Formats: sequence, structure tokens, C-alpha cells
Amino acid sequence: MSRIAARFGALREQGRKALIPYITAGDPQPDVTVPLMHALVEAGADLLELGVPFSDPMADGPVIQAACERALKHHVSLTQVLGMVRRFRETDDQTPVVLMGYLNPIEVMGYAKFASAAHDAGVDGVLTVDLPPEEAHELVDSLKASQLDPIFLAAPTSDDERLRRMAECGSGFLYYVSFKGVTGANRLDIKSVQQKLAQIRANTNLPVGVGFGISDAESAAQVAEFADAVVVGSALVKRIAALANRPEDIAGQAPAIIAEMRRAMDDVAVTAVR
Amino acid sequence: MVMQAKHAAESVSLKDLPDANGHFGPYGGRFVAETLMGPLEELRLAYQKYAKDPDFQAELDADLARFVGRPSPLYHAERWSRKLGGAQIYLKREDLNHTGAHKINNTVGQALLARRMGKKRVIAETGAGQHGVATATVAARFGMECVVYMGAEDIQRQAINVYRMRLLGARVVAVESGSKTLKDALNEAMRDWVTNVDDTFYIIGTVAGPHPYPAMVRDFQAVIGREARAQILEQAGRLPDALIACVGGGSNAIGLFYPFLEDSDVAMYGVEGGGEGVETGRHAAPLCAGSPGVLHGNRTYLMEDRDGQIIETHSVSAGLDYPGVGPEHAWLKDSGRARYVAVTDSQALEAFHELTRTEGIMPALESSHALAYASQLAPTMDKDQIVVINLSGRGDKDIHTVAALEGIEV
Repeated sequence: MSRIAARFGALREQGRKALIPYITAGDPQPDVTVPLMHALVEAGADLLELGVPFSDPMADGPVIQAACERALKHHVSLTQVLGMVRRFRETDDQTPVVLMGYLNPIEVMGYAKFASAAHDAGVDGVLTVDLPPEEAHELVDSLKASQLDPIFLAAPTSDDERLRRMAECGSGFLYYVSFKGVTGANRLDIKSVQQKLAQIRANTNLPVGVGFGISDAESAAQVAEFADAVVVGSALVKRIAALANRPEDIAGQAPAIIAEMRRAMDDVAVTAVR
Repeated sequence: MVMQAKHAAESVSLKDLPDANGHFGPYGGRFVAETLMGPLEELRLAYQKYAKDPDFQAELDADLARFVGRPSPLYHAERWSRKLGGAQIYLKREDLNHTGAHKINNTVGQALLARRMGKKRVIAETGAGQHGVATATVAARFGMECVVYMGAEDIQRQAINVYRMRLLGARVVAVESGSKTLKDALNEAMRDWVTNVDDTFYIIGTVAGPHPYPAMVRDFQAVIGREARAQILEQAGRLPDALIACVGGGSNAIGLFYPFLEDSDVAMYGVEGGGEGVETGRHAAPLCAGSPGVLHGNRTYLMEDRDGQIIETHSVSAGLDYPGVGPEHAWLKDSGRARYVAVTDSQALEAFHELTRTEGIMPALESSHALAYASQLAPTMDKDQIVVINLSGRGDKDIHTVAALEGIEV
């Protein structure tokens, strides 16, 4: 069983929901990332999403665009990101790590070479924002051959047929993009997300994570009531950006928002169990 | 070269591409966030329906004739041909279209499609501002809300076109991310589209982007080649030996080439922006010096570093200053049907002056790249051979750039 499936299985038994923070690797500078990953786990993260910086992050809002730019000032490459995961694994072989990014860096490295290097580094899943299932066969084959979970994005515009197709070629979990828009926008509508999740669950048995627009403990707790996982990106990256001039404080201070979300989500879980 | 072209035309039916999934060989496709997959399919179906609808085609033809001013003339540049001492050069005068370039052929087509699809808001990306102006123009004509995304750097360089767009009622949004140029404007337009996809039609300006854009924009621009083919047959009694067009994203080039694809004796040359020289690395020539990758919704040749990051381009011509190229060009290159070359900024400038002084036609700096290559190719050909060049736009928009380069204050 993959680390991702094992983690979701364990959480289900405890009646808890997964909290998945996103950070851009190398933001604001490379040496911050590994200590920050450990600190996020300490603060209550169940899985980690590590963004691979890209020069043209078409699906991201201004907060994550700026994070990519800060990382790229240090020329953080896919190879370096894999090195960060390898170092993280030296002291944490339990927390699943998902790489999130755009296809081109993977395309240039080569699918098979990337998949085996990612597996060796200790990566568990790969989410490629600009790779819909129609174009994904080759990469999915390479990932699966290296025991990596291909994770797909579902959107408000995905119909049953597309959802089924994602369920077929994806594994680990399915990531539901909560609204039409880019990361970090303030458009979360809990009701419509809840309705769409029912449709998604009718088409897949995979755990469903919800991301985009979850900005505080309250929205995290609301989403946790019906989703299997809550993904938090821009809200956390904003804290990192605010500390960009004091990189030594990032691992100590930025994860506070994750701890708050963790508490709020667990309160909901406890209430639900009662 | 001609032998190679013949072989390619016989072995694959180039005109039937892309396939159902928008692939030109390994290129093209749909590499976008999931949210856009549904809307792209909706667009493909609408385009497929109206491309065969006589009512839509009649409306398009009428606008091309009376609003754009088509057909554009095919002009025999006799004095320049004599000066070069080789092949006879004919210029396809897209510079005479309304708004001064070929861009409007496509924006009229897409705006008519947007109207049929019930979209009331159009958005566009622009580099030099030509596509932005062409989009703002059709938006004004059809009473649509129009937002144009333009890199903050380009806004500085192209103040007059920014003002033209505003006069036409468009909102011009400065894009401050990345390199603040055309590629970043395209990213931002995509972000707008993904956010406002229910009521918004994204008018892409070139033959790039996710399927069906490369095929759809090509079809709207193919009017150039259809006219040119009929005109040269009428004027010279035979097909040309070579076609030449500049290639940024590649819409004017594919518009000229496409109707000739099966004429295997017609050689095709796409001319990229060589900037300071391809060997210097400061250029905009992904087909000549780039490598395949995925950007802006399609797989194609890109200017990228070894980590897969997109790198900055350099060209005197803002319309060629783009790190990618339409996927059909990538395929025409690999298949050998078309050949791609680059000319430098200074060669293009020389051609700009040459045509202006010899024929009384001031070409756009983009088109000047095609002219510069013609001035190398034509002298190697016989006097009874024929070259058709796509004069894709007029040069008025560039006079400030030309003057500045020559230290003249206008």
C-alpha cells in the first residue's frame, strides 16, 4: 500500500480528516524548505504538498506566482526539489509527500527518469496542474511503474464522465478545486462544494481532498465536515512571504496557521464522533 | 529541400491535421487545468458546428469583405525583384487590412463565434498591441465588453496601441508578473478565463494554445493563402516556387502556408526573430534553436532552460517576442514540409528600409523578417521563379522603434 493510501486509511479509523499544507519548494530560499516541512508535520499536517517552481504558473493566483518567482531567483530546479524530499525523508519516513507543479519541468527531465528519481527520493504522489487525463497516459504509466500515485484535479466543470476517467487513472486521492478560478481567490462557497462532492463520490472511491480558497481555521473546519482532506496553499504561502526577510523565523512562525486549522478540524471530528 | 517536401506531402496528409484530440504528430493537444477542459470542448463543438454552417460563413465572408477590406491585393514588387536580381517577388498585402495587419481576420471570426455562443465579454492577450487592437475593434463593432492583458513592459514600449485600445473602449490590464511581456499576458488571460468562463470568450491571437485554438485560428487565417493561391494563378499563371512568412506564434505564416500544403513543389520558409543572433542566445527562435516542451496549453518547440523553465526572448519586433510557436509549425518542421530560419534584428531593419525606399511600402518589423530572408533567397533563384511573401502588417506602429534605434527623436 502506498504511504498516501496508508495515511488516509489510518485517519479514517481515527475519524479524522487530513490536513495538507502546500508550500513552494525553495521559497523564499532553498535552505528554508526542509525544516519548514518538518515544522508543518509538527503543527499537524498529515500529508505535504511541495510545489515545484515554474516560470509560468498559469493556474495560480498572485500569492503562489510570487512564491515561484522567489524560488526561481535561486534557480530551484526539479532535481533540487527531489533533493529536498530526500533530506526530509532522512528523519520522516511516514508523512506522504506529493509534488505539485506544471508539466514542463517533468517533460524536460523525461517521464521515466523523473518517476524513478522521484520514487528514490521518497516522493509518494505527483499532481500536474496542466495535465488532464486525456494527455496523461504516458506519465501515469511511468508514475505507476515507480509506485507513485498520479493525483488528478477535479473541477466544478467536470462532468460524470470526466470524473470517472480521473478515478480510473488516478490513485492516492482526488483533489477537488473548489471554484472556477486560480489559487488563493476568495470565492469559496461551502454549499456548492458539498453538492459537488456528492457527485464526485458517486463516481469514485478515492478519498477526496478540497483545495483553493480555504484561508482560515473556520473554512478548514467547514470543509472537513464533508471532505476527506483539506488543502491549504495561498493562506500559508502568504505567511511565508511576510517573513521573507526573516527566513530564520519561517519554520518557527509560519506553521501556526496549520496548527489553528488542525485544532478546528479535530474539534469538528470529535463533535461528529459524539 | 524540394525533394524532402515532396516526400513529406506524400507520406502524411498534412491538411487533415490536427487529429480529434488536437494533435499534430506529437505536438498540440490540451494541456490546461481541469476547469477549462469542459469549456474547451464546448468551444470545439461550437466551432465544428459553425465552420460548416452556411449562414455563419456568409456572415464571416461579408464582414471580411466590407469591414476588413478583403481580398487584400497580391502585389508584384517589380523594382525590388529587379534590384535583387533573382526570383519575382509578390507581396500579399495584409498590411492593407482594417487595423493594419492580418490579426483582424481571426478576431472577426472568433467574435462572430462568441456572439453565436452567447458570450458577452471577450478577453485577449497582446504583445505589441496589434492583436489587442484587432480584438478591441471587433468588440466595439459587436458591442461586447473587452479586456486586454498586456505585459507592463510592453505597455511602456507600445503606448500608442494602448491608447488605441482604450479609445475603442477596451480595458487594458497591465501584467506585472514574470517577465512582464506577452507570455505573462497569456498566463493572465488564461487566469481570467478560468475565473469568468461562464460568460467570457477568450480570443487567442495566434495558432497556439489548447485545442481547438491552433486549428481554429489557422482556419480563420487561411483566407490569406486561399486568396494568394488564386491571385498568383491569375497573375502569373502558375503556383509560386516558394512562400515566405515571419513566425512569432505563427498565425500569418500558417494562414499563407495551409492552402498550399498539398502543392508539393511549393517550398515554405518560416522566418523567426533572430534577435542579436541565434548563436548569442538572445533571440526569439524556438524552432531554430529551442526544444520541445509544454506551455500555454500545447506541446511545441519552446525557448527553455535545461530545468524546463521558460526563458526570456529578444527581438526588435514585439510581435515575434514569444518563447513558443504554434504546434502545427513544430510538426511542419519535423516532417520537413516547411523550413524554418532566423534573421537578426539588424537584417530585418535593413529590409524595412529597403522595401520602404524601393516600393513605397512601409512594412511592420515582424514582416521585415520575411523580407530579409527573401533578400537572401531570391538572388539564388532564376528570374522566372516566383516567391510570395506575406506582408503581414504595416510599419506605422514601428516608426518610434526604428527612430530610437537610429538615435532620431520623432
